[in-house]
Amino acid sequence: MSTHYDTIREILSKQFGDRILAWEFPYGMLSFTIQPEFNLKALTLLYDDPDLGFQFLTDITGVHYPEREGQELAVVYHLHNLVTNVRIRMKIYVPVTKPDVYTATGLFSGANWMERETYDFFGINFIGHPDLRRVLNVDEMDYFPLRKEFPLEDQTRIDKDDEMFGR
Amino acid sequence: MPEQVNINLPEGSIEKQTTRLNLGPTHPATHGVFQNILEMDGERIVKAESTVGYIHRAFEKLAERRPLYQITTLTDRLNYCSAPLNNMGWHMTCEKLLGVKTPKRVDYLRVIIMELARISDHLICNSIVGVDTGAYTGFLYVMQYRELVYEIYEEVCGSRLTTNMGRIGGFERNFSDTAFRKLEKFLEEFPGVWKEFENLFTRNRIFIERTQGTGAISAERALNYSFTGPNLRAAGIDYDVRVHAPYSSYEDFDFIIPVGTTGDNYDRFMVRNEEIWQSLSIIRQAYQKVQAFKGTEADVYHADAPAYYLPEKADVYTKMEALIYHFKIVMGETEIPSGEVYHAVEGGNGELGFYLISDGGRAPFRLHFRRPCFIYYQAYSEIVKDTMLSDAIVTLSSLNLIAGEMDA
Repeated sequence: MSTHYDTIREILSKQFGDRILAWEFPYGMLSFTIQPEFNLKALTLLYDDPDLGFQFLTDITGVHYPEREGQELAVVYHLHNLVTNVRIRMKIYVPVTKPDVYTATGLFSGANWMERETYDFFGINFIGHPDLRRVLNVDEMDYFPLRKEFPLEDQTRIDKDDEMFGR
Repeated sequence: MPEQVNINLPEGSIEKQTTRLNLGPTHPATHGVFQNILEMDGERIVKAESTVGYIHRAFEKLAERRPLYQITTLTDRLNYCSAPLNNMGWHMTCEKLLGVKTPKRVDYLRVIIMELARISDHLICNSIVGVDTGAYTGFLYVMQYRELVYEIYEEVCGSRLTTNMGRIGGFERNFSDTAFRKLEKFLEEFPGVWKEFENLFTRNRIFIERTQGTGAISAERALNYSFTGPNLRAAGIDYDVRVHAPYSSYEDFDFIIPVGTTGDNYDRFMVRNEEIWQSLSIIRQAYQKVQAFKGTEADVYHADAPAYYLPEKADVYTKMEALIYHFKIVMGETEIPSGEVYHAVEGGNGELGFYLISDGGRAPFRLHFRRPCFIYYQAYSEIVKDTMLSDAIVTLSSLNLIAGEMDA
């Protein structure tokens, strides 16, 4: 890891201490996990601090780990500092029973639909989001399809006899 | 009857109420399946609300069951105007996860294909901007060169639109001589045609008045909206994944990143125009580099990655390892190492990212596509607010919104 990454770690560790739960460096991208209630504070620091300057939000998405009790849902942020050309990944884990995280729409307008998509597929409740509705699925849907409890259809099933769809 | 009260009407409006207009989901001007509900004060847009998801196909869910090589067909259907770009991006993501190093020749061949795809993508977008401003000729004229690009794809992989081109580690076969002849024909004829197309538009009074100053977005707003690609560069920010995080040996090529200043429809058109010239120059450089490989080196078209790259059929019949690998790959029995990787390529519309999490199984645990189109389309309602309806149509096409990429 270069000195640049050390600076980032230093600044974040100084501010958040042991609220940062883990540091990783998979495939050349600095990643850290922080307590979920500090996601917005961390994003704000990453955005505002002149030595960090992560002012470009690349992506927000969710992951469902059904076997991690109390931390079933992950929200993953990818940020980019376009000036120094450094990427960083921030993760938070929330329980599936209470998937509340703060919205990043105050910092990034682009977070709007990304968070709507994450809500749509994982049911993450972004507190403070101006318009948290489904974006790709139908509004009437009452479940969150990318969670692991919804398996894909068995490819070998034979009970369907549908001439129209050629099974 | 009392006059209808409508809070959305701007001050000084002569209308009694706003008109609600459905632009889409199936409207010729959307060039794809998505909807805009426009609240109109006469011809002026007061409010726009975008709805997407009409062709959502649950690719991210489907990918959780498929072995890596079967996911390539899903990426085809993202931005279908430049499918090979998505294919290559996906293969490179897999290679990054698997630690496969591709030979230089493969990199250069990929660059040729990716830049051809970029040209065909920009060509469609820019000629459609022409169509939407009332000039159909250019569109039909340059279309024959997209046809030629598709013929090159056909020579390389056998299909045209949804290409499923290449494999993890390289290409399924070496480029044929016909492919190179067609590439030469393209390099020879297309510049002249594109010059003519440019002459039709860039100094055309009608076109300039339709596009300059309309659909503009400032650099700050574009960044805040996570714009990437030509739309961000038109606003004046020189972010290009090919330069910021070179993949497939882009660092070996000499090219410039064109930027605009105002981020309006004209700038977007001009940036794409110039990118076509740059792509042509990159293809020429890459073709030269490819030609420099002689002898056995000229036969290299894939990396040595037996566990992921399908062996030669002759070997399958005669060698035991080849037979095992063949079986494991085809049946999707190859276990992929666990890890998480984000890889981005400069797609036709911007940063096309693949976020892949593997838990060591045969299929990804989670795969997320960062689709540039989906991300910048949300700015549409802000861009077209207080503009005329006809400008909103041009903005729609100059943003290059591809429904397939939006919905994934």
